[in-house]
Amino acid sequence: MADNQRIDEPTGTQTVGHEWDGIEELDTPMPRWWLWTLYATIIWGIVYVILYPAWPMVNSATEGVLGWSSRGDLQQELDARDKELEPIRQALVAGDINTLYEKPELMQAAIEGGRSAFKVHCVQCHGTGADGIRPGSGYPNLNDDEWLWGGDLEAIEYTLVHGIRNPDHSETRFSQMPAFGRDGILSSAEISDLVSHIRVISGEEEQSASATRGAALYESNCAVCHGADGTGDRTQGAPNLTDAISLYGIGRTSLTNTITNSRYGVMPRWGHRLDPATVRMLAAYVHSLGGGEALPAATNADEAVAEEAAGDQAVGEGGKDVQS
Amino acid sequence: MSSLKPAGGPEIQLYESRKEVFPKAVDGFYRRLKWGIMAITLAIYYITPWIRWDRGPHAPDQAVLVDLANRRFYMFNIEIWPHEFYYVAGLLVMAGIGLFLVTSAVGRAWCGYACPQTVWTDLFQHVERFVDGDRNAQFRLKDAPWGPQKIFKRLSKWAIWLFIAFWTGGAWIMYFADAPTLTVDFWTGQAAMVAYATVGILTAITFIFGGFMREQVCVYMCPWPRIQTAMMDEKSLLVTYKDWRGEERGSVKKAKANPDIYGDCVDCNQCVAVCPTGIDIREGPQIGCITCALCIDACDKVMGQVGRPRGLIDYITADDAEAEAKGAETPPTWKTLLRPRTLVYFGVWAAIGLAMLFTLGNRTRLDIAVQHDRNPVYVQLAGGEIRNSYTAKIRNMESRPREVEIAISGLEGATLWAGGTARPDTQTKLTTKVAADSVAKVRLFVAGPREGGKQAYKMSVRGTDEDAVTDIEELFFERPGE
Ligand code: SF4
Ligand code: SF4
Repeated sequence: MADNQRIDEPTGTQTVGHEWDGIEELDTPMPRWWLWTLYATIIWGIVYVILYPAWPMVNSATEGVLGWSSRGDLQQELDARDKELEPIRQALVAGDINTLYEKPELMQAAIEGGRSAFKVHCVQCHGTGADGIRPGSGYPNLNDDEWLWGGDLEAIEYTLVHGIRNPDHSETRFSQMPAFGRDGILSSAEISDLVSHIRVISGEEEQSASATRGAALYESNCAVCHGADGTGDRTQGAPNLTDAISLYGIGRTSLTNTITNSRYGVMPRWGHRLDPATVRMLAAYVHSLGGGEALPAATNADEAVAEEAAGDQAVGEGGKDVQS
Repeated sequence: MSSLKPAGGPEIQLYESRKEVFPKAVDGFYRRLKWGIMAITLAIYYITPWIRWDRGPHAPDQAVLVDLANRRFYMFNIEIWPHEFYYVAGLLVMAGIGLFLVTSAVGRAWCGYACPQTVWTDLFQHVERFVDGDRNAQFRLKDAPWGPQKIFKRLSKWAIWLFIAFWTGGAWIMYFADAPTLTVDFWTGQAAMVAYATVGILTAITFIFGGFMREQVCVYMCPWPRIQTAMMDEKSLLVTYKDWRGEERGSVKKAKANPDIYGDCVDCNQCVAVCPTGIDIREGPQIGCITCALCIDACDKVMGQVGRPRGLIDYITADDAEAEAKGAETPPTWKTLLRPRTLVYFGVWAAIGLAMLFTLGNRTRLDIAVQHDRNPVYVQLAGGEIRNSYTAKIRNMESRPREVEIAISGLEGATLWAGGTARPDTQTKLTTKVAADSVAKVRLFVAGPREGGKQAYKMSVRGTDEDAVTDIEELFFERPGE
């Protein structure tokens, strides 16, 4: 067909030589800019394949001479961030945890760090809102002001480090309530009376004959740990029975179950899994949720809050920022 | 690509190739008006960032500043926060309606006098005439072979252009940072990369747009001519060649010999020579005409020289042109300017402006936004009460640190306290400090009796140095049940 090539008169351009029913095609050259762009993309492609991961192989891809990977990128960013936070972590472990509120900036950083660590390690049991998922679930609500083992920063940190009822650890928080029913210490009628008494002192029930009988039983069986007035003992994690909060529920069934079979709540210890700074952050976060104890008095409220606000700004959270 | 050339046939081109324009210098009323406007607009542009404005120690002292990093916009005594950006939107709406107003009244006055493209092109053309000489000298220079003189002239012209272009780009970045500091940083190599990049890009754009693209920007690139054409009507002022008066064109000599045939146009081509977009207005209104009115000045001068009345080319509306061509009376110009359409535009424009001024004067500079904890929405306290927890953001939009009081009302037996402090017995107010021009985040707790279900109440904020509450947030106290 090439023999049909000719110069087209009106345009002066060579035809490609094909002809269909008198229609011919001009062999117009590619625009130069287009060609150069094409060549440039080809060169780009070759360079790219050499430098970056490109060809898929059986298990992975060719690596490219730069050794770049998106995971590597991420790791770099994470490392850089870790490095940035290092001074804060060091300052956190260096000081006494009880003085944390005197350094509002550090406290704020600790709370924010704890907030993220909590989402990773703690929400499985305590829930995303740290509220123990639901009342009576057996996982304590960390927002409230009831503490089994103590609610100041130091006590919370201790609980975090050593856990509760970790048999393999000597410093763990430990206590065990007898299973009064299962072990035959009390009869079910006696347990029922005891339940009545506890519901009376916690304000759930009116005084009754059963409760009066229960009071005597309480005196001899329970008061040693829970105290004569039922307000509990934090040194052994014995809950306050008179207040409005109960870990496993205050209903008759639940209480009967508790006294009959006892409870044995376990919290893992984190001292050997998390670094001290993270544990301290978690303690600060939990303490900040609203029930934390041993806080500066409200008379100082103004200053403390102002400082917190200022610290906030320095940490880069609030400040000139408008987040809402 | 000689093979593309047809043998003998006409050269086929998709676009008309550019005919270079070498506008001739001219003097006259409109030229002077343009000088004045150029001086004012350029002065505003270059000087504004250097004006200082004292706002006290907690805010920048630059009168006009777009502080992108901190998200603040300062304009003299007005400070705009990001959430108040609708004021800027309002300004844009005003600019839009202002354009309607101007265009319906005086046509493409924006293009002719105030558009940066026009102003900088005009400036560059003055430079060109200064270096190369007037129109004819420029033609000659263009065709001259490259020799030392041409090279020298070209280089000096481009150097001056580049210099102007550089200052144009340089002035722009001054609006976004403290001008004196940025100037020092810029020359000592300490400014942000984006500053250098911006200056580079703007320098290049100014150099290319003002020096080489010129009227092509208006004819091919800019959307305004199309929009403005749609906004003009038969009562908008237009630069018009009065063909009923000018035609037939002919020299003074011819006209003397044949007064009945020839009109006022002496066909001197001065209107074409001075036109910065290189068009011939005598062909009628056209998209290339930016109504700079320089042809009016040129024609008036010629008419003066040949002893004929001025205004052969003049600002006139299409309606009046028709009437005048028929020999009828035309109303005075101010009447065409003050017609219902322009008055309505003006009314809307002014109403938006006044409304913005009013709201600007009355906006609150201290407010509170409270977010209720969602999980959990309430907490049972050991003592029997219920606690709700909040995160409050207190926004102090004044350039001074403030002490503010947060108070709750409408909730019987409630106690308010802040995070990081022990719970007081009773308290419905607390004070806190907020740094100047910033947002303070405060954790707040409210405890109240267990009974009562979900209940609405209010939290308010006020500066302790003022009596009036400046913002109230409506909240709900959540309780168990329901
Ligand atoms: S056409 Fe566009 S670029 Fe040209 S003067 Fe008018 S607004 Fe400016
Ligand atoms: S025709 Fe006249 S008014 Fe229009 S651009 Fe040219 S000189 Fe300016």
